[in-house]
Amino acid sequence: MAGYEGLDFYEMDELLSDEEVAIRDAVRGWVEDNVVPIIEEHAQAGTFPKHLAKEMGSMGLLGANLEGYGCPGLNNVSYGLICQELERGDSGIRSFASVQGSLVMFPIHAYGSEEQKNKWLPRLAAGEAIGCFGLTEPDHGSNPGGMVTKAVDKGDHYELNGAKMWITNGTLADVAVVWAKLDGVVHGFLVEKGMEGFTAPEMKGKYSLRASVTSELVFDGVKLPKENLLPKTVGIGLKGPLSCLNNARYGIAWGALGAAQACFHSSKDYALNRNQFGAPIARFQLVQNKLAWMLREITKGQLLAWRLGRMKDAGTMKHQQVSLAKMNNVDIAIQIARVARDIHGANGILGEYPIMRHAANLESVFTYEGTHDIHNLVLGQWITGIQAFQ
Amino acid sequence: MNIGVCAKISPHADARIKIKSDGSGVDTKGEKLVVGDYDEYAVEEAIRTKEAHKGAVTAFTVGATSDEKLVRSGALALGVDKAVLISDDAAVNAGPLGTAKLLAAAIKEAGCEIVFTGKAATDDGNSQVSAMIAELLGWAQVSQVTKFAIEGTSFTATRAMDAGVLQIVSGSLPVVITCEDGLNDPRYPKLPDIMKAKRKPLSKIGAGDLGLADVAATSSESNFAPPPPRPASRIIEGDAASAAQELVRLLREEAKVI
Repeated sequence: MAGYEGLDFYEMDELLSDEEVAIRDAVRGWVEDNVVPIIEEHAQAGTFPKHLAKEMGSMGLLGANLEGYGCPGLNNVSYGLICQELERGDSGIRSFASVQGSLVMFPIHAYGSEEQKNKWLPRLAAGEAIGCFGLTEPDHGSNPGGMVTKAVDKGDHYELNGAKMWITNGTLADVAVVWAKLDGVVHGFLVEKGMEGFTAPEMKGKYSLRASVTSELVFDGVKLPKENLLPKTVGIGLKGPLSCLNNARYGIAWGALGAAQACFHSSKDYALNRNQFGAPIARFQLVQNKLAWMLREITKGQLLAWRLGRMKDAGTMKHQQVSLAKMNNVDIAIQIARVARDIHGANGILGEYPIMRHAANLESVFTYEGTHDIHNLVLGQWITGIQAFQ
Repeated sequence: MNIGVCAKISPHADARIKIKSDGSGVDTKGEKLVVGDYDEYAVEEAIRTKEAHKGAVTAFTVGATSDEKLVRSGALALGVDKAVLISDDAAVNAGPLGTAKLLAAAIKEAGCEIVFTGKAATDDGNSQVSAMIAELLGWAQVSQVTKFAIEGTSFTATRAMDAGVLQIVSGSLPVVITCEDGLNDPRYPKLPDIMKAKRKPLSKIGAGDLGLADVAATSSESNFAPPPPRPASRIIEGDAASAAQELVRLLREEAKVI
């Protein structure tokens, strides 16, 4: 197969700084050398390539857009480009980086005490410690405010009871950012591996994100020291976890384009090399139409992501704008993966090509971090002023 | 230790080469440009030498002014300390000897004790400049180096010769070390270092700044042409024994290669 080049039909590189292009290319090279050769085997086996965590840390891929405490301090467009390249490898690898950076390091950075930041951020940035984020519960997904996980003030400690589900990195994590109600209001807590009453069994049997660890978190009377409350989450309720999700969703808007470009690249290559009726199938109008449609959707998605990144860097980005980009880019990516499977014919279902893996992964990405429908309702509310989901 | 490395910016090894319509050369417009493959080993070895023996690394590039960003991302971001980009019209049009004169003069001015180069450029593959630099400076040169070490002012370099034979060369600095595939495993840049590389010193100079008046090419290149298209492949049908017989017949009678 020809070397991976990404897709830049609208000369988007001209909208990036020299450093942003260099960062994108460095991550692209790293993914090509370290993720692409091993990821299919991990996906088939249902294992996360844990050795990549420290390599990602060493390169500056974790918490890339955070400043200080050993974090790389890059801008948000660079963070987006990192997500794009990681997800071109696999959504599971990008999910690992999204959770570590946006859902664990970001809340510690934004809402943690100095002690918490010093204790966790340098190790998380280096990939020496792994984090997870517990918001979703078995019965509370799109409606996190309904959560039943509860912390009770016992004077010298908090007692935590409840359960979380669909938690990326859960079983691997040294620290979990857990959202629980204290006196009926959502607060953030740091729950550490090995605390009595805390278990994180892995969820098995997934057909999607197979190269990523997904877990339950179970809290059975966990005694949390008082200093494990994230102090700046007091009084802001659901805004705390939603601000984290906003950051992660931003990264997904870019990441999905990586998966889409991987599918496009493979489809173009396959169409040019697969001969039927005495000619490459790329000669046929129906195939060209499919490739042209992919090109069109990826190009539009790139413009959305780039503009969103510039607004995030300028501090003007609205969460509704993130909803639109996450929803659109994952939606087109999953459709592109399905059309790519069609172009690849029967070969499209084989692990020899990245198509089915991306298609299956994107089913999760379509639903996590705000489902496709919920993002539509966020936009519906922005347009009409009427909230449809409560 | 004052370490130098020569890094040429060339099209990526995967690039699909286009010939200019008048056949005067290769059209690199729109091509992805990078520090050449063998020069990457040279950059890595220069940085490793600094890490082992202290000192500083200077990268030397003869190329276009627009090569600056690639020198920053492909050398300075990896740990090279400063760069000299020789990029006036005279430099851009210099042939191998002119390029070597420019690089030798810049290396001399910088006071380097050792210089690493790639065994060939990824684009023209001339393999001339490294030896010329050593000659112009009056230094030793070791070519096709696959293993390298310095102790004090002495070096030991292993050369890959033909048929897998290795030759070990020892000597004293100064020396030009020409790097072969397998010498090392070039590192990836740390992303924050890409940002820091933006502020590292890079001086853009011309032939005149080095006191060189005439570096024009002493030979000219013309009539560039793409390789002829590969003829269509043929599949020989039948069982293994008869297909093999047919293959031998075709190789002998049609292709006339056996």
